[in-house]
Amino acid sequence: MAIESRSGVAAGDAHVAFADVHMAFGDRPVFRGLSCAFPPGKISVVLGGSGSGKSTALRLIGGLVRPSSGHIYVTGEDITILSEVKLYAVRKKLGMMFQGGALLDSLTIFDNLAFPLREHTTLDEPAIAREVMRRLEAVGLPDAGSLLPNELSGGMLKRAALARAIMLDPVILLCDEPFSGLDPISVKRIEALLVRLNHQRGITIILVSHHIASTMRMADRVLILFPEEPVVGTPAELRASADERVSAFLSEEPDPEEMRERRADSAAGRR
Amino acid sequence: MILVRLVQDLGWAALRFVDHLGRLTVFAGTVLRALLRLPARPRLFAQALFDVGVLSLIIICVSGTAVGMVLSLQGYNTLVRFGAEQSLGAVVGLSLIRELGPVLTALLATGRAGSATAAEIGTMVATEQLDGLRMMAVDPVEFVVTPKAVAMTFAMPLLSALFITCGLFGGYLVGVGLMGIDSGTYMSSLQSAVVFRDDVLGSLLKALVFGALVGLIATFRGFTSAPTSAGVSAATTSTVVVASVCILLFDYVLTALWGV
Repeated sequence: MAIESRSGVAAGDAHVAFADVHMAFGDRPVFRGLSCAFPPGKISVVLGGSGSGKSTALRLIGGLVRPSSGHIYVTGEDITILSEVKLYAVRKKLGMMFQGGALLDSLTIFDNLAFPLREHTTLDEPAIAREVMRRLEAVGLPDAGSLLPNELSGGMLKRAALARAIMLDPVILLCDEPFSGLDPISVKRIEALLVRLNHQRGITIILVSHHIASTMRMADRVLILFPEEPVVGTPAELRASADERVSAFLSEEPDPEEMRERRADSAAGRR
Repeated sequence: MILVRLVQDLGWAALRFVDHLGRLTVFAGTVLRALLRLPARPRLFAQALFDVGVLSLIIICVSGTAVGMVLSLQGYNTLVRFGAEQSLGAVVGLSLIRELGPVLTALLATGRAGSATAAEIGTMVATEQLDGLRMMAVDPVEFVVTPKAVAMTFAMPLLSALFITCGLFGGYLVGVGLMGIDSGTYMSSLQSAVVFRDDVLGSLLKALVFGALVGLIATFRGFTSAPTSAGVSAATTSTVVVASVCILLFDYVLTALWGV
């Protein structure tokens, strides 16, 4: 694996690495030779326009879709050559927070969180209950255990999905648009949760987001998927980048929260 | 030019059909493999059996009784022309047991439970619940598909037996209660005409095959549906259409080959 990403992370050291990945949906190409690496223990954010393949990148890491060609390494294993059965062993090291939550709608939140423990551990029910309550409290939903997913608000659903994704203490956490459709308070809460997980447990977090303000606050590395080639760097490097595409991307369509922050900053400056 | 287009369309349709058949066969193999692999999930199977069987009881009982009543009425009006109304029990019994029972039960179960199964699995596809299972290292075929498909296979003979029983009861009500046929004559005609091994076991075998067919088609359609509301709707509709046609085709094949 002699791949060197633009960010200087050797693929051999990376938890996740893409090597010359090609991917298309029908006639529409999504990736034309994507090579990049995500370092261990860091928060990496994937940015890009609509249809740039952000969510597809996460699904590729999870083995939910397969590339047309190229290799994807997850904790050193090339998952593109693994059978579905062998992929399950790799997936036990991963946690994924889906955009819509993807909680099983016939189960309560408690049972949704207990599900991975019941499937993959030998813990007894009292121990499972303790673990579930610990995670529910960590995401700020101590009283939601008895509710069904359709009884939760969007923000609560995302937090419950995050709690389920970390039930098995994954090595790598994949988050698909964790901030979309949330109010600023919920955004901050989820952002703080992710940062805490990363700092306390050293989990490698790869998240896909449109939310530039949060991205710039929490990311150790940012990958922007442009149609021609991806650009990788730290938030500071990207802010200082002379690449017009990068500055245009980071300045265009700021989210409402970012606008509020900018207004607050300028008001503070005037004072 | 139109002819060329027609041949082209026909070719594409044939290719699509073969492709679909191949994918359905592979899917059936996956379900069988999941069935043989541990862990078995008795609780999920019991829940699926409840959904498919218990929730279909009312429609099966009401339809069975109604079909038996109509059959008895029509049978009596026909038999009386030939002075053979004493054979009403045999006509109603054989028609229900050999043909109408398993076929109509399968069609009703397709409309009620098959479509519901396809819609449920399709919705799980659209809301990424199946992908969520995969990411938790749980095989959705084993967890979602297999219990439902097996439950449908097991429930169908039971529902068919219930349909036939209700049909016989409805036939008895009309034949004996309304048309005035002697109760003993009706029952002895029925008893002497029906052979347990050929008729009853054959009927249950037919229902078992139909159950496997409906279970497989419903789960396959749901599992392979497009992840959109239109996709779920299309999966539901096509489950009912394809399963109904397959039931009628297989009914002919089973009757012609094995005389059941």
